[in-house]
Amino acid sequence: MHEMSLCEGVVDIIEDQARRQQFSRVRTVWLEIGELAGVETGAMRFSFDAVAKGSVADGARLEIIDIPGRARCPACVRDVPVSARFDACPECGHYPLEILAGEEMRIRELEVS
Amino acid sequence: MCTTCGCGHGETSIEGHTHAHDHEHHHHHGRGVMAAHAPGMSQSRILRIEQDILSKNNEYATANRQYFSRHGLLVLNLVSSPGSGKTTLLTRTLKELKNELPLAVIEGDQQTVLDAERIRATGVAAIQINTGKGCHLDAHMVGHALESLQPGEQGVLFIENVGNLVCPASFDLGEAHKVVILSVTEGEDKPLKYPDMFHAADLMLLNKTDLLPHLQFDVEQCIAYARRVNPGIRVLQVSATSGEGMDAWYDWLRSEHEAVLTASGEAVKA
Repeated sequence: MHEMSLCEGVVDIIEDQARRQQFSRVRTVWLEIGELAGVETGAMRFSFDAVAKGSVADGARLEIIDIPGRARCPACVRDVPVSARFDACPECGHYPLEILAGEEMRIRELEVS
Repeated sequence: MCTTCGCGHGETSIEGHTHAHDHEHHHHHGRGVMAAHAPGMSQSRILRIEQDILSKNNEYATANRQYFSRHGLLVLNLVSSPGSGKTTLLTRTLKELKNELPLAVIEGDQQTVLDAERIRATGVAAIQINTGKGCHLDAHMVGHALESLQPGEQGVLFIENVGNLVCPASFDLGEAHKVVILSVTEGEDKPLKYPDMFHAADLMLLNKTDLLPHLQFDVEQCIAYARRVNPGIRVLQVSATSGEGMDAWYDWLRSEHEAVLTASGEAVKA
């Protein structure tokens, strides 16, 4: 369950930002999580509340934005959707594909006061 | 918890690590700011952050990598599921190479110092990190372990990660390569079931090949699955028990070690 450590990373970044950008409370956190990032978003939500306790993000609402997997097929040069790393091209069956999107694990925005 | 730096999320402990040291590596004090609810300050604003969640870990990994490069160390992050024979493979490697190269080991497990004791029985320096509930090592723990272990100069440092084919894939420790160990007593479809790890690794050691006559394990199919998630992965078939195939692994180690020495020699000249 590395989602717990990922949440610790999120809270560390938020606390850094709190010092730099002078805020004392976080109301909402928007995360971008890619379909291929190997992150269980349910576990992320579960962990976040626990990890945020006692920090500036205590009680903050967590919004997870899912980023769909997208890849380019080197054989037929089309952009195609993928849901796993080893997916073959749905158009021509070629693999491996070049992953274009879906590996993100990012804090996009914070609503703070 | 570390009283010097406030680190020690969860229950991580590093053998012999009392925190009576100077903090060499880059350190942020992560838990200092408490929520202060000032009355009348309720207006909220939106801040654009756009920061990778792993950016903290990656900063520590970069610091570790600089340390390794300064000391001319080849560092390998050994990953596998529990029971792949990783520690047996490592102890045999240490016994057979310790007179040729300076070696050291960082052992990661949730609990016990049993593995570090197995390693030290070979005469090679080792330190145990217990991650408590944690399912993987991170770069910060490794940075602390280095302060106690002092892995020397121009040798090879093996980091044996927690047995887990999922979580350690995302956490860069500053290593040169991840080496994934898969044993033939597991399913040949493991590379497809745990694609992130096989994608992140540069070398796969297919272990326990001495048991192949007793199993229905399709070696070619397994390698094809691994290449499907990672076309560039190198594969070596070994048995840490019989010793079969181990020479090819040692040759790989020697050539990677040579490459690190050349690179660090050039860095000194430049």
